[in-house]
Amino acid sequence: MNRNVGIVIVSHSPDVAKGAADMVRQMVGKEVPLAWCGGNPDGGLGTSVDAIEKALQTAWSDRGVVIMVDMGGAETNSEMAIERLPDKKRAKVVVCNAPIVEGSVMAATESSGGSPLEKVRRAAEELYPRM
Amino acid sequence: MSTSDRMTRELIEAIANVVIAHVNELTELDRAIGDADHGVNLERGFKAVLQRMDTIAVMPLGKGLSEVGMTLIRFVGGASGPLYGKLFVVIGKHVDEAGVVCRDTLVKAGEDAIRVLMALGRSDVGKKTMLDVLVPVLDELRFVHGTDALPQIRRRAHSAAQATVPMVARTGRAAFLGERSQGHMDPGARSSELILSAVCNYLESRPGANL
Repeated sequence: MNRNVGIVIVSHSPDVAKGAADMVRQMVGKEVPLAWCGGNPDGGLGTSVDAIEKALQTAWSDRGVVIMVDMGGAETNSEMAIERLPDKKRAKVVVCNAPIVEGSVMAATESSGGSPLEKVRRAAEELYPRM
Repeated sequence: MSTSDRMTRELIEAIANVVIAHVNELTELDRAIGDADHGVNLERGFKAVLQRMDTIAVMPLGKGLSEVGMTLIRFVGGASGPLYGKLFVVIGKHVDEAGVVCRDTLVKAGEDAIRVLMALGRSDVGKKTMLDVLVPVLDELRFVHGTDALPQIRRRAHSAAQATVPMVARTGRAAFLGERSQGHMDPGARSSELILSAVCNYLESRPGANL
């Protein structure tokens, strides 16, 4: 079992998702379960529920997973992927409302210290000013 | 092949074909106020539906519609995938449970689907989305009757899509544009109109169609 909260990065662009993941890896090494996906099922810009599901499996941690998204469809498709998880897992995944690159790095840094899911999410979301 | 089997194939093909025929128009609408992928995304989804048609066509209508929804969720690749996907899944579930397609079933299905879409898209009427077509059409569906029912629903879908032109987008990517989103029809409203019109046209082509 992974002792740290996992991070999944979902962007419309595979380049953005991979780039953000590279930055996370450099910051926190292998301490944090990490996966990324980007691109629609044809490989163009967009997101894919199947790919998000796979990324959730790859980065799975029993302490939970935060999904970092860029915009629109990335969020809706992530919620779809969460909905397909078994009940026990579903409650342990949250979509994070934060800028994707900075948020991923902040969340991963928080996670690498062993923080629980809610604290990891908050570390990223604090990057957005409160409305 | 029983009547319901034929209906599953014919109705779903009618919907898929109309969306695919309008791919450029939908993409252009989305280029104006979004990211120019609504047409191609829906096209990808409905082409996947057509590829699975032999499997879907042997299902009862409700199950077939739900299968269309699951296919759209998997293959569309944009926010419209889960949104239209859920719409078909929820309506399919109601049709399947009721076993018949009548006004009561469709109204209940529509109410349920709209509730799900509002939650998923965190949206409501008046924000320049597909809901601005679906909600007025559901209202129309409650009251229309007789031989003019289907044309009336089609007209309402059309006028509701037109009514999104002057709206300011409050949700989705178009919301970034604020006031600049005015003067363009919402692509999701247009695709909803196209799908609803295709359903009306198909039902009219069947003998004894009314609501």
